[in-house]
Amino acid sequence: MGIFSKRSVNDLGEKKKDMPEGLWVKCPACGESLYESALAKNMRVCTHCQHHFTLSSTERIESVVDEGSFEETELQLDSVNALGFKDYLGKVKAYQAKTGLREAVVTGRAMIDGQPVVLAIMDFRFLGASMGSVVGEKITRAIELATKEKCTVIIFSASGGARMHEGILSLMQMAKTCGALARHSEAKLPYISVLTHPTTGGVTASFATIGDLILAEPKCMIGFAGPRVVKETTHADLPPGFQTAEFMKEHGLVDMIVDRGEMRATLSKLISYIQKSKAAA
Amino acid sequence: MSIKQVLEFEKPLYKAREELDELRKKNTAKPSEKLTTQIAELEKKLATMQGDTYANLSPWQRVQIARHTSRPYMLDYAKLAFDEFVEIHGDRHIGDDNAMPGGFATINGVKVVLIGHQKGRDTKENLLRNFGSAHPEGYRKALRLMRMAEKFSLPVVSLIDTPGAFPGIGAEERNIAEAIAFNLREMMMIRTPMVAVVIGEGGSGGALGIGVTDRVLMMENAYYSVISPEGCAAILWKHREHAPEAASALKLSAQDLKELGIIDGIISEPVGGAHYDHRATAAALKTSVCDAIAELTKLSADQLLSQRYEKFRAFGQFTEVA
Ligand SMILES: [Zn+2]
Repeated sequence: MGIFSKRSVNDLGEKKKDMPEGLWVKCPACGESLYESALAKNMRVCTHCQHHFTLSSTERIESVVDEGSFEETELQLDSVNALGFKDYLGKVKAYQAKTGLREAVVTGRAMIDGQPVVLAIMDFRFLGASMGSVVGEKITRAIELATKEKCTVIIFSASGGARMHEGILSLMQMAKTCGALARHSEAKLPYISVLTHPTTGGVTASFATIGDLILAEPKCMIGFAGPRVVKETTHADLPPGFQTAEFMKEHGLVDMIVDRGEMRATLSKLISYIQKSKAAA
Repeated sequence: MSIKQVLEFEKPLYKAREELDELRKKNTAKPSEKLTTQIAELEKKLATMQGDTYANLSPWQRVQIARHTSRPYMLDYAKLAFDEFVEIHGDRHIGDDNAMPGGFATINGVKVVLIGHQKGRDTKENLLRNFGSAHPEGYRKALRLMRMAEKFSLPVVSLIDTPGAFPGIGAEERNIAEAIAFNLREMMMIRTPMVAVVIGEGGSGGALGIGVTDRVLMMENAYYSVISPEGCAAILWKHREHAPEAASALKLSAQDLKELGIIDGIISEPVGGAHYDHRATAAALKTSVCDAIAELTKLSADQLLSQRYEKFRAFGQFTEVA
């Protein structure tokens, strides 16, 4: 799991309740106080500085799919403590209670401008969206579903990496998800990977970086090793903007940086190029 | 070979061995019944001590053996277990990664492609080998060689021994994560038999990046883990000193991984670890690798691919609730 120094990973915003008009949120990037309702209406992008706040999976789904088209799959998968790791299930239960989610990824069918897709959305609020067996299995099943239904699979990544508490089983999810993508790719079916803040470790070193297309939200952190580890290993000053989406685009990993407000239209446009139209078939 | 690095838990053994040597020297110089009795007693005591120490190695002790600087490395196996090794260099794009040698090799008369991580024993070697931590170029060279193996119908043997892929600036700039991820996807589709052996350290994604194979074997004292015990301890116990507990919790030993169904077999090491006898260790590896290749060669490419897919597809434990 990565350790981050640059940008806070928990930037859902500091909520202030002292204002009579309702909830206010302070932008962690520019310090501006924003109306919670205005922020929500703007897909949680700061109206002042364009800072992209962390989205919940529910908010993410609403921001990209045709209204009412999302149909969740594999909701039944739940974690077990395969290694007998101390306090692991207690931790999972606490996050379940806190987030209302069963695990760190939500998957399902949806439509984007009438084009069928399968979506997987990682939710950073759930144990840093670390990948254990359930996350790996749900993502694999999502890819397999897209292969079966001959449509695009879109994965919104955000993760601290492989989940330590499931040891080697977490590591093997990297091979499992990439295996499913190998078959999906062999069937000449599209996979779009969208990187959001922060995407690191075993998720970056597996499905997140092998999309036919790789998009990223502005300024999100993308890396294999955490910046602190890189600094400690190399004893060097990190280059400016190291491990940001913009840096990764400059180094050829990311195809496009897409503002949240443009994400849905961009996905729709790209899908229209790479997915065979169902209507024409 | 002479063993320079004495592990903490082996110190009493080394002390007893030295005492024994001393007594034997004295007895040779001036034999006496008293010395002979002392020697016999100490020999007996040492045998018991060795038995107690090595029969009950903790996961953390195995990690230390896996990292022992006298342990046989990839190129030692290339010499001792293979008839010959013809090294091939470079990823054809950026450079040649000396932390990941590869090339053609012959094992018991069978021609294969051999890839693996290589560590160094001293500062000079480690400068060249980067402590066995490969850059993207290493993973891309390995894939290039695996594809060549596929093209010319040669099995692939992959020897895993890395603390992890290199977490450096250049590695990030040249997309180390993508280099590993791409290998994970492509290895699933390589139409030739592939065998991996974790010979020392199986450090996370850096190990898996050449480990998606039909058979995954492990040396008895090797470890394979999602995170180093020190890294896990730093996160969970807030201190690296708790690495021994983390090593146990992570279930990273060959025995634990066999029970979890992650690996296919364990290759025995000499008492005390592979570093006590390189030749015997290499001979054991040779037998296991040859057996695995012989088994896999019987399968068609389609069978190999579907079995390889199913093997990795099945990994993971979870429950399905209503
Ligand atoms: Zn702002």
